[in-house]
Amino acid sequence: MADTTVKLCGLLLDNPIIPASGTFGFGDEFKNYYDINILGSFVFKGTTKEPRFGNPTPRIAETPSGMLNSVGLQNPGIDAVIERELPRLARTYKKKIIANISGFSVDEFVYCCEKIDKCDIVGAIEVNISCPNVHNGGMAFGVSAANAANVTKAVKAVTTKPVFIKLSPNVTDIVEIAKACEAEGADGISLINTLVGMRINPRTRKPILANTFGGLSGPAVFPIALRMVYQVAHAVNLPVMGMGGVSTAEDVIEMMMAGATAVQIGAANLVNPYVCKEIIEGLSAVMESYKIKALEELKI
Amino acid sequence: MSHNHKEDIYTLTENRLIAKNTYRTVFEGYTGHITKPGQFVNIKVEGQFLRRPISVCDYNENNMVLIYKIIGQGTKAMSEAMPGTRFDILTGLGNGYTIRGNKPLLIGGGVGVPPIYCLAKALASDNIKASVIIGFNSVEEVFYYDEFKALGCNVIVTTADGSMGLKGFVTDAIDRFEYDYFYTCGPEPMLKAVYNKTVTEGQLSFEERMGCGFGACMGCSCETKYGSKRICLVGPVLEKNEVIW
Repeated sequence: MADTTVKLCGLLLDNPIIPASGTFGFGDEFKNYYDINILGSFVFKGTTKEPRFGNPTPRIAETPSGMLNSVGLQNPGIDAVIERELPRLARTYKKKIIANISGFSVDEFVYCCEKIDKCDIVGAIEVNISCPNVHNGGMAFGVSAANAANVTKAVKAVTTKPVFIKLSPNVTDIVEIAKACEAEGADGISLINTLVGMRINPRTRKPILANTFGGLSGPAVFPIALRMVYQVAHAVNLPVMGMGGVSTAEDVIEMMMAGATAVQIGAANLVNPYVCKEIIEGLSAVMESYKIKALEELKI
Repeated sequence: MSHNHKEDIYTLTENRLIAKNTYRTVFEGYTGHITKPGQFVNIKVEGQFLRRPISVCDYNENNMVLIYKIIGQGTKAMSEAMPGTRFDILTGLGNGYTIRGNKPLLIGGGVGVPPIYCLAKALASDNIKASVIIGFNSVEEVFYYDEFKALGCNVIVTTADGSMGLKGFVTDAIDRFEYDYFYTCGPEPMLKAVYNKTVTEGQLSFEERMGCGFGACMGCSCETKYGSKRICLVGPVLEKNEVIW
């Protein structure tokens, strides 16, 4: 058996497979399909200070080799997550999780990170400055190096847990933004969030999504994600969690060769609830087929 | 709440045009995860990324029947599949109808009729005689009238253009029945009209675009009087007294 373990900011993961935020809830739905303790870790649903219903429906549309979503950060709010979701999760999930924190102001990011810092089950924080589906915030922080730097600096001041900044691909220069986060003390970078897109229903002559635009994910975005992970991993001296259309163990290897230390699986979970289990079970054999003995030093 | 849904491989054994743009498809495979009328399955269709959620119309130990209308590329591809084609399907999704009342009125519109048939069959096996209203745009879209009759239901067909049965909408037939409870499934404007017209409690089955169909993506959430609910997980059937329009 090839060695699938990876080290991510001091966390030793059994494997680099991590379900991405917004595709795995708080783990409940997937517990019905398999023992989620096999995962390297997982990133919980993007959480904000206040509870949010999210955007009007329809929030989902089919695309060639992918999907659009405009969920808009539906979540029960940080207090309910800490009081209700995390204790329930801790009863079945025995590893560290990654908290995904979203916000509409620097203060809100700080508020949530300060609270989640006190949760033992949380091994790292992923700060989402790249949600394309909310106005007046969300992605606004991720499309400017100065704003990204401000958020990074502010959250680093209130937590001792490793902080990953989740970047948007909807920018002219993702490297500049990654470097700005690194300069303010980020412990790692997560990328990519979804690409902004739309579909129109020719019958109704209206956008399919009630929110008009949504975030594109799925295999369609994999080459873009791979390119951006490669660019960022070669420009900063930080671990990178790579994501965007990863659906197979081969994709995972490719993502790690581009420079990712761990790999998140997103949209694939929604169409195949067993996909992370299948990837984890197949990873060792795929590594052996490429004569890979360990996942460190795969970066090309 | 039970979470019995599982992924399995099913073989298409029959695919037949039964009304305008409407197909009846039979899949052979394990149906043990389907526990209630009103539940749905989520089908992986070749060439499509997202699965397609479709209500169960009928099932026995080894087969399930789905009826769907061609509305896009996914349903078109399904309608063209030949017997013997294998499909990856998640079954037993959603919370279906909970049976209540002794004189139920069942109201289905268009492709909202199939889960109503599944319910009528369950009621018939409990020796509860159901009154049924099924509504379509015109006669060439009508299906399953005879099948409801065969269950012993008292059935009225409505068509918007009057080409069969009562001219008008399903709501135009509601006052013709005495009922102590209702169940309905159909397009949202119809559900709202039924909600307003009916005088008893009841259950409404909603349709929504879904990402996963099992509660993970929050794509199909709706607001209810008791907080936001996921149509795929807690629905598609909601109680009349919790619905917000």
